[in-house]
Amino acid sequence: MATAEKFVGGGVPRKEDPKLVTGQATFVESITLPDMLHVAVARSPFGSAQINNVDLSAARTAPGVVATFSGEDLADEWAAGLPMAWPVTEDIRIPDHWPVTKDVARYVGDAVAVVVATSPSAAKDAVELIEVDYEVQTAVVDIPSALADDAPRVHESMESNECYTWTHANGDIDAAFAKADIVITENYVQPRLIPSAMEPRAVVVQPVPAAGDFTVWSTTQIPHVAKVLFSLTLGIPEAQMRVIAPDVGGGFGSKLNVYAEEVLCIALARRLGKPMKWVADRSEGYLATIHGRDQLQEIELAATSDGTILGYRVKLLANMGAYLQLVAPGVPLLGGFLYCGTYGGEAYHFECTGVFTNTTPVDAYRGAGRPEATYAIERAIEALALEVGVDAVEIRKRNFLPAGENVPSPAGLAFDSTNYEENLDKALEVLDYEATKAEQADRLSQGSTKLLGIGFSTYVEMCGLAPSQVLASLNYGAGGWDAATVRMLPTGQAEVVTGSSPHGQGHVTSWSQIAADALGIDYQDVTVLHGDTHVAPHGMNTYGSRSLSVAGVAVNQACNRVVDKAKTLAAHVLEVSPDDLEFEDGKFSVKGVPDRVQSIQEMAYAAWTAHNLPEGTEPGLEAHCVFDPPNFTFPFGSHVCVVEVDTETGAVELLRYVAVDDCGTIINPVIVEGQVHGGIVQGVAAALFEEATYAEDGTLETSSMINYLVPSAAEFPSFELDRTVTPSTSNPMGVKGIGEAGTIGSTPAVINAIVNALGHLGITDIAMPAKPERVWQAIQDANGDAS
Amino acid sequence: MIPAKFDYERPSSLSEAISLLSSGGPDARPIAGGHSLLPLMRLRLSRPTLLVDIGGLSDLRYVREDGDHLAIGALATHDDLARSAELLDRCALIPCVAEQIGDPQVRHRGTIGGSVAHADPASDLPAALMVLDAEIIAHGSNGPRTVLATDFFQGPFMSALEPDEILTEIRVPARDGWGSSYQKFQRRAQDWAIVGVTALIESGDGITGAAIGLTNMGGTPLRATAVEQALVGSSDPDGVAAAAAKVAEIGTPPADENASSEYRLHLAEVLIKRAVAEALS
Ligand SMILES: Cc1cc2nc3c(=O)[nH]c(=O)nc-3n(C[C@H](O)[C@H](O)[C@H](O)COP(=O)(O)OP(=O)(O)OC[C@H]3O[C@@H](n4cnc5c(N)ncnc54)[C@H](O)[C@@H]3O)c2cc1C
Repeated sequence: MATAEKFVGGGVPRKEDPKLVTGQATFVESITLPDMLHVAVARSPFGSAQINNVDLSAARTAPGVVATFSGEDLADEWAAGLPMAWPVTEDIRIPDHWPVTKDVARYVGDAVAVVVATSPSAAKDAVELIEVDYEVQTAVVDIPSALADDAPRVHESMESNECYTWTHANGDIDAAFAKADIVITENYVQPRLIPSAMEPRAVVVQPVPAAGDFTVWSTTQIPHVAKVLFSLTLGIPEAQMRVIAPDVGGGFGSKLNVYAEEVLCIALARRLGKPMKWVADRSEGYLATIHGRDQLQEIELAATSDGTILGYRVKLLANMGAYLQLVAPGVPLLGGFLYCGTYGGEAYHFECTGVFTNTTPVDAYRGAGRPEATYAIERAIEALALEVGVDAVEIRKRNFLPAGENVPSPAGLAFDSTNYEENLDKALEVLDYEATKAEQADRLSQGSTKLLGIGFSTYVEMCGLAPSQVLASLNYGAGGWDAATVRMLPTGQAEVVTGSSPHGQGHVTSWSQIAADALGIDYQDVTVLHGDTHVAPHGMNTYGSRSLSVAGVAVNQACNRVVDKAKTLAAHVLEVSPDDLEFEDGKFSVKGVPDRVQSIQEMAYAAWTAHNLPEGTEPGLEAHCVFDPPNFTFPFGSHVCVVEVDTETGAVELLRYVAVDDCGTIINPVIVEGQVHGGIVQGVAAALFEEATYAEDGTLETSSMINYLVPSAAEFPSFELDRTVTPSTSNPMGVKGIGEAGTIGSTPAVINAIVNALGHLGITDIAMPAKPERVWQAIQDANGDAS
Repeated sequence: MIPAKFDYERPSSLSEAISLLSSGGPDARPIAGGHSLLPLMRLRLSRPTLLVDIGGLSDLRYVREDGDHLAIGALATHDDLARSAELLDRCALIPCVAEQIGDPQVRHRGTIGGSVAHADPASDLPAALMVLDAEIIAHGSNGPRTVLATDFFQGPFMSALEPDEILTEIRVPARDGWGSSYQKFQRRAQDWAIVGVTALIESGDGITGAAIGLTNMGGTPLRATAVEQALVGSSDPDGVAAAAAKVAEIGTPPADENASSEYRLHLAEVLIKRAVAEALS
C-alpha cells in the first residue's frame, strides 16, 4: 500500500452497531408489502411415513385462508428439486428433494402442505385443520441403525442408506503403520448440533406479474448463489430475479442454503400474483433449518516410541439427515484434510461415508468439518501423550510442523504460514502453566472435591474458501473467488460494493478501514454496499471464514486500481509523469516538490466533470476487481482451558480460558476478539451443553431452547486473549479468516481439561456434551473399577 | 410462536376478576406475569379462551409484616421478594430462593402468585413455602379460603385452586434466628433446577430444628421429613451426612434428559449437606 495504515489494525467502533442497538435495522421479518399474504407450512410429525391422503378442505374454508396446497398440487412449479451443489463422488446417491413432499415424509418437519392466508395467525390456525392420512413406518435416526443390514431405507429407491464414500490419501499409510512402535486407536462421537442464530429464518417475495420479475428478501448468507439456484429450481430466468439479504441476524452456516420455504414463497407468489411472507418461529426453525456435526469418528495414529507421529488413518461416518442440503456431502471433506492438525508425519488416509437417516438434514455449521477433525486429533494426541508418558505440551512440541511458509502437511496441503511453537509458548506464558499445574497437584493431594484440569488444543484450520481450481478438483459446483467494485463519488466519498454478504461479522466496518487506508480518506467517508444482487451483481458471499481473505482482498485491490487511475489524472493536472508522483494520505504530490499536490477527492471530482481528462481516459473513478485466491488460509492457535470438576456432582465449571489465535494481519482487533469470543462459546457449548437428540420414532426431543441448551455469558469466565501475527502467503494483505477458528479450537480443549482433571482415576474419555451426570457416572465407574 | 385465538380482559378489582373467571367457562385463566403461561400458549400447549389479566390489581403487590407473620401479595414479583427488607430481616429463605429464579427479566415479571398457582414441581418457590409451613389464601365466587402449602400442591401443574379462584396472599411465619440456604443445581445460570434443596435450620448446641424442602424430586415439591428428623440433634458433618442419606426414603424421583433417578437422589443428598452447612454458617 502506498499510504500509511491509519485505520487498519485499529479497533474503530463498528459502523453497523448504532442502527442495530437502536432498533433501526431492517430484518426480513420487518418487511411488509401491500397485499402481502402469509405462508404457513404443515409438517410431518412422523420420522417416516407414507402419505396416503392430504385433506385440505377444512383448512381451505377457514377464516382468512386464501389458498392451500399439497405437495402434489405444487408439483408443476418446480423445474428441479432443491439444489445440492457438492456431489463429492461420481456414484453419490442424490435423492429427489421437493420443497413440499408428495408421497413420503422422511423426517419430523418434512413439509407436507402449505397454507396461504391474510395473516400469520390465520395461516397457523388453518395448518391445524389440515388432515393428513399418514401410514407410519419405522424410522432410522442414527448412523448405526441406518447402516444395519435390515435397516429400513430412508429412500425406498436406493439399495441402502449409504450416500457416498470418499477417500483421500497421501503417502504410504501401510508402511507408516507397519513400522510404528505405538498405534493409538480412538473413537469419538460428534453430537448433532442445532445452529441457533439470533434471527430465525424468514423470506418475503414480491412478484411483478406484468413483468415476470421477482424480488426476494431472505435471511440468507448467500444472496448471489441463491439467485442462481432459485432461478434453476423455479425455471425463472436469472435476470428476472433480484435477491436481497437485508440485515441478517446471524447464520453460522444455517443460512448458507437454499431452503424449501424460499422457493415455496417464490412459487406461491408466481401462482397467486401476490407478495408472500414466511417467518419461522424458533421451534419450527429447529426442525426445518439444517443441523450440524453428527459424525462417528475412528482415528488411528501410528507413532514411534518417543511419540513422533508417522501416520494418520481416519474412518468417518457422517449423518446427512433425510435429504442432501446445499453442500452437505462436502462438509466432512473440509475436515478431511485436517485430521493431522498442526503435526507432521509421512502418511495420511481418510475415508468418509455419508449416511441417510430420518432426521433433519445436516449441513455446514460454523467450522463445518474442521471442528470435528480438530476434536479428533486434539483428543488423540493426548491419548498418545498418555501412552508415551509425556506431558500434553511436550507431545505437541515433538510433533509440530516447523515454522515457515508454504509448509507441506501430511495430508498433502501446503499451509500458508506456520508458527505453532511460538504461539503455544505465548499461551503457556499467559496461563502460567507451571503455577496452574502446582495448584492442580495441591488440590489433588489435599483430597479436594473440586479438582482442576488443564486442557489444550493447538489447532490449525483451513478457510478462505477457496481457489476455484481446488474446488473444481473436489467437484464443488461453483468457484471460490469474490468481487469488489470501488467508486469515488464526486463529493469525495467512496462507495465499496462487495460480493460478501455480512450477517453479523462487521464487514461494513472492516471494508471501510481497508478502503480508507488504501484511498487515503476517512473511514467515515466510505459506504459499503452489499447483499442486494441489483446493487452488487457479483459475489460468492459469506461462509467458510472467506470474506476478508477473498472479498476483503478484492476491495483492497480495487482501491489500488482506483488510486492508479487517480494518479494518471493527477499527473495530467500537475503536468508531470505519474512516475513523478507520490501518494500518501490521499494526496498525490510531485516528488521533491511537496506543495504541488492534488487530492484523491479532487481527482474524483475531475473524473466526474470530465472537463480535463488525459487523452483517451474514460470519465469516472471506479474499478472492479475479482480475487481468486491461490490457496486457502490456515489460521492457527493455542487454546487452553482450566476447568474445575466438582467430583461430588460431576459439574464442570470453566475457571479460565486462554486463547492465542493467529489470523495473520489484523484489520480490526475488536472485531477479531468478538469473533473469537463467540467462537469459543459455540465450541464450548458443544463440549458442555448443546446436543440435539431424537427419539427412536424420529421426534426431535430438543425442539426448543428449553432443552436445547444454548449457553449464555453467565456460563463463561472472561476470556484471556492474545495473539501472534504470522501473515498469510495466500493473499497480498497477509490476512487469514477468524470467523470459525474459535469454534474449531475450543471444543477439545474443554474435554481435554476434564479428562486431565480426572486422569488420576484412570478416566481417559468423556462423551460430549460432558453433562454433570456423565462426568459423575464416569467417576462412579472409575471408583468402582478401583475398589 | 403464535398462540391460538383468545379473548382478553383487564379487570380493575378482585371481584370483577373473579366474576370474569366464573362466567368465562372452564378455559378462562388468570394471567399475572405471564412468564409461565405465555410460553405454553405460544407453543399451543395451553389454549385458554379468555385471559383475565390481574396485573392491574396493584393492591395485590406487597410484602408486609403482620405480627409474627409476613404477608406477601400474590403480585409481588420475584425481584420484590429478593429485595424485601422485611423478608431479608425475618424470613431470609424467600429472598435467597427468589434471587436464584431465572434471570433478571424473569424476576421482574414473574410473580409469587403465578409461580405457586402454576404448581410446576421444578419451580423454586413452592418447596420454600412447604418448609415455611406457609398459608395460601385464595378468593373465589364463594369468598376467601386458606389452604396450607402442604395441601396446596397436588401433582405436576395441579393445585388446590378452583378454576374461578384467585390466589391473593401468602402468609409465612417469621423465622427469626433460623439459618437458611437454597442449593439449586442447574446446567445454565438461568435454568430451572435439576434438583433444588431448601434448608431452614435452627441451631444452638447442635441442630435444634430443621426443615428441608426438595424441588423437582417428585410430582410436587416435597419435604424430606426423614432427613429433618435425623438432623435434629446432630452436631457434626458426619451426623449431617448420615441424615442427608435418608433422603432416599422419599422413593424414586423422576428421570429426564438431565438426570436419572439415581443421580437425582445422589444430587439431593449432596445438596442437603451443602444446604445445611450453609444454613449453619
Ligand atoms: C426464561 C424463564 C426462566 C424461568 N426460570 C425459572 C426458574 O429458574 N425457577 C422458577 O421457579 N421459575 C422460573 N420461571 C418461571 C417464572 O418464575 C414464572 O414467572 C412463574 O413461574 C409464574 O409467574 P407468572 O406471574 O409469570 O405467572 P403466569 O405465567 O401469569 O401464570 C402462571 C399460571 O398461574 C396462574 N396464575 C397466575 N397468577 C395467579 C393467581 N394470582 N391466582 C391464580 N392463578 C394464577 C395462571 O393462570 C397460569 O396458569 C422462568 C420463566 C422463564 C420465562
